[in-house]
Amino acid sequence: MSALLSPIKDVHSERRMFLSRVVLAAVVSILLLGLVIARLVQLQVVDHELFAEKSQGNRVRIEPVPPIRGLVFDRKDRVLAENLPAYQLELIPEQVDDIDDTLNRLASINLIEFEDIPRIKDLSRSGPRFKPVTLKFRLTDEEIASFAIQRPRFPGVDFQPRLVRHYPDGELVSHAVGYVGALSTDDLERLDPAAYAGTSHTGKTAVESSFESDLHGDAGYRHMITNARGRQVPSDTSELLDSLPFDETPMPGANVYLSLDLDLQRIATQALAGRRGALVALDPQNGEILALVSAPAFDPNLFAVGMSTSQYRELSENPDRPLFNRAVRGAYPPGSTIKPMLALAALEKNATNLTRKTVCHGYFQLPNDDHRYRDWKPEGHGPVDLHDAIAQSCDVYFYEISGDIGIDTMHDYLTRFGLGSKTGVDIGGESTGLVPSREWKRNNFSDRDNQRWYHGETVIVSIGQGYMLATPLQLASAAAALATRGKRYRPHMVAAVEDALTGERRMVQPERLPDVEISNEFYWENVLGAMHDVMQGPRGTARAVGFGAPYEMAGKSGTAQVVSIAQDEEYDDAELEERQRDHALFIAFAPLDEPRIAVALIVENGESGSSVAAPIARAVMDAYLGFGDDAS
Amino acid sequence: MRLSETQRMFTPRAAPLSDFGSILRRLHIDGPLLGGLLLVCGFGLFILYSAVGENNRLLMNQVIRLGIAFIAMLIVAQLPPDFLRRWTPVGYAIGLVLLVLVLAYGEVSQGARRWLDFGVRFQPSEAMKLGVPMMAAWFLHDRQIPPRIGEIALVAVMIVVPTVLIAKQPDLGTSLLIAASGVIVIILAGISFRFMLGLGIAAIPGALVLWNFMQDYQKQRVLTLLNPDSDPLGAGYNIIQSKIAIGSGGLFGKGWTNGSQAQLEFLPERDTDFIFAVLGEEFGLLGVLTLLVLYMFIIGRGLYIAVQARDTFSRLLAGSISLTFMVYVFVNTAMVTGLVPVVGVPLPLVSFGGTSMVTLMAGFGILMSIHSHRKLLPH
Repeated sequence: MSALLSPIKDVHSERRMFLSRVVLAAVVSILLLGLVIARLVQLQVVDHELFAEKSQGNRVRIEPVPPIRGLVFDRKDRVLAENLPAYQLELIPEQVDDIDDTLNRLASINLIEFEDIPRIKDLSRSGPRFKPVTLKFRLTDEEIASFAIQRPRFPGVDFQPRLVRHYPDGELVSHAVGYVGALSTDDLERLDPAAYAGTSHTGKTAVESSFESDLHGDAGYRHMITNARGRQVPSDTSELLDSLPFDETPMPGANVYLSLDLDLQRIATQALAGRRGALVALDPQNGEILALVSAPAFDPNLFAVGMSTSQYRELSENPDRPLFNRAVRGAYPPGSTIKPMLALAALEKNATNLTRKTVCHGYFQLPNDDHRYRDWKPEGHGPVDLHDAIAQSCDVYFYEISGDIGIDTMHDYLTRFGLGSKTGVDIGGESTGLVPSREWKRNNFSDRDNQRWYHGETVIVSIGQGYMLATPLQLASAAAALATRGKRYRPHMVAAVEDALTGERRMVQPERLPDVEISNEFYWENVLGAMHDVMQGPRGTARAVGFGAPYEMAGKSGTAQVVSIAQDEEYDDAELEERQRDHALFIAFAPLDEPRIAVALIVENGESGSSVAAPIARAVMDAYLGFGDDAS
Repeated sequence: MRLSETQRMFTPRAAPLSDFGSILRRLHIDGPLLGGLLLVCGFGLFILYSAVGENNRLLMNQVIRLGIAFIAMLIVAQLPPDFLRRWTPVGYAIGLVLLVLVLAYGEVSQGARRWLDFGVRFQPSEAMKLGVPMMAAWFLHDRQIPPRIGEIALVAVMIVVPTVLIAKQPDLGTSLLIAASGVIVIILAGISFRFMLGLGIAAIPGALVLWNFMQDYQKQRVLTLLNPDSDPLGAGYNIIQSKIAIGSGGLFGKGWTNGSQAQLEFLPERDTDFIFAVLGEEFGLLGVLTLLVLYMFIIGRGLYIAVQARDTFSRLLAGSISLTFMVYVFVNTAMVTGLVPVVGVPLPLVSFGGTSMVTLMAGFGILMSIHSHRKLLPH
């Protein structure tokens, strides 16, 4: 029938052929779907366990739990650094529609500063969008109250409680304890990422930095169900929480006990108030640091809490450089404070003797040279022996014997007292200082003329000027070595480290350094006697300071010329004049026979070691030995 | 037509069938096919509910789309195959014009130019999914079967032109499916196996040429398939996560809405192209086999309708529609299980999204029309 309608077509053979093609297609289809089924069997039956494990790993994320930072105590168990709960202002980028508008409005109600906005925007773009960005680390009660009222206007902004490092005494211990600050990119490269997972701050200076590994502790972790973007999923959404591994609690940081005496620290700080300067007090019998002050100081809480750009600029651009730790990093010409050490060197090397006398006319000249090396006392000290030269601080005597001692011997003995090299104190950040020598000059100057050592330079070094530089800490350590007649200990701040869980204390043992060996005990006797007379002798430079003390003390003043003023610093005339005045230095120890404290200090531009610096040393020694005004 | 008078005596309509059967017949609906489609769609909604995170609004969205698609199927089923055949060349020509218009004036969305907006937004390439096999079947329906080489070449041009136009949008997935639907017509028309073999060999240099024309992202997909671990967070991420989802489902699955891969958003495109992985994770091998069996039933029913069809046009078209549906299922499931490169092919009737759903159901409408209008054909 169809054949009649379309004669060219063979309907029956076409049907047969079509049927065979459909059968073929069906077979191919079944084969293809069979391939998929085989694949499914492979994935879901054969390799099921592998994929089940992978899916478990996918959804469980390990969330680090930061440890609680160890506390810092002074030698009488008073807290110097602790952790306090504080509210911080946070912003969750994904919940904020218009971040510019939000930040601008927050700035207009003074919760953040306008100039911090670009920094915050960078932060909010760098991390996952659900991760909170801290706008302000610590809110005051007033700020919390004012924000609480306005919170509906700021969707995506809220305050959260956190533990924040707190230094109850603030400025008082800023240079001794140091501070913690927000982790920087450099810190992250340096630190163990596992231990610091979840940690936001790390020690930046002093004890906080050098005992970071003890104070920090180890991060713990907890397991969390997360989605693909790492966001925590509320655990009640499903039964996914089953069979999760146990959490690991964080290991809290160790508590650190300092040898620092907060009372002494306070007295030294008050004595230096309004000055630029530094003071270090040591226990000469073991090298424990009793006080370490650099003035002016700063409030370390600003770093722990996080400060605004303008606050930081104020600190870093302050011409008085409050962030600079003068006690360990400030290198000053030590002036006459090194005379006792040179006296010992001269005696030991027979460059002088106890009876040699020089008539001081107020200046000294080298042969064939017109230059006058002046004594600090223009009219001169008259006839002086070594004892007088120390007690009255006669420069001419030392100018005269300097040629006999020679720069190499000076370098040798000053080095034995620890000058010119880092003390290795456990708070770090030290300057090396400088004790010049022929070799040093040869290595550090480029042209031939400057590489030579001139006799005139030896003359200058003999009164602690010229190239000579020392830090207050080095001078304190040298003073301690004088006090103990050559026994030296490495200065240290930390007395004990206490495991926060077990309470077990690891005491830090004093580290004995090589003695300064002087062959004749009588030399010590004489030089220390002269130092005693500086403070308590009839003609001592600081006799007014030592007068009436109920104990015997020894000291040596120093006055150092200010070498130079940096050209780019701007001062008004009065200030310029003030900053060109001499530095005042003093080293001291007491009691004379059984020394318990050695002190070194500098008052920048203080002009007179014996009248400006010495009273501060006296006050500190009085306080420590129990004779202070507020001694209990 | 006296014979039809006699025939009418035996027509089932006269027989005392159940009311339901007669209603279906009057509506030109094929019961078994409808049943298979309803089962797959129902199962699909069930999976989708979990895949969209138990979002009722999205689910309702899909239900509405399904409703529209079923209405489209119902309408198409009323059109007799003769009518469809007569209008095929016109429809095909309009389709080609629209495809050119898309390339010229189409709306760009996600880097591709696929949409036309005449008050109603639509994709001309969707219409061509039916237009191409219809045109091929129309061209071959009154010619000697198997066709001669010259005729095959003409059909090939009819297939290649829209394929290239769509590939240029670019929409590789759709263009390959459309080419497949046309090629299936040629194969069903009975070209010799030797000829097919020759074409297959000729396809090898062709594939190399194609490789050179492929966009970087498309090449990346092929390379990614070969070694997904080479870029686990980039191009390989989808395949790795989808394999983890399916593999971790095991025999019986993690349970409805309990698939951690899907619910915790590790699995990308979980409500669209990768919904098969959600099924695999939550219902296990048992669930995917169930769905595949339902699909096979639909394909089988379609092929049965093709075999039962009374004329060449209907046969070829019905066969092509059924087998193209099979290609959809295979490409999607093979892609999600990592057997073939990731091409944007949704799992038919299950994936979220309405555009292809209407075309797909219209195709089943044609099957129903072919099956239910048999007795009224002039042959």
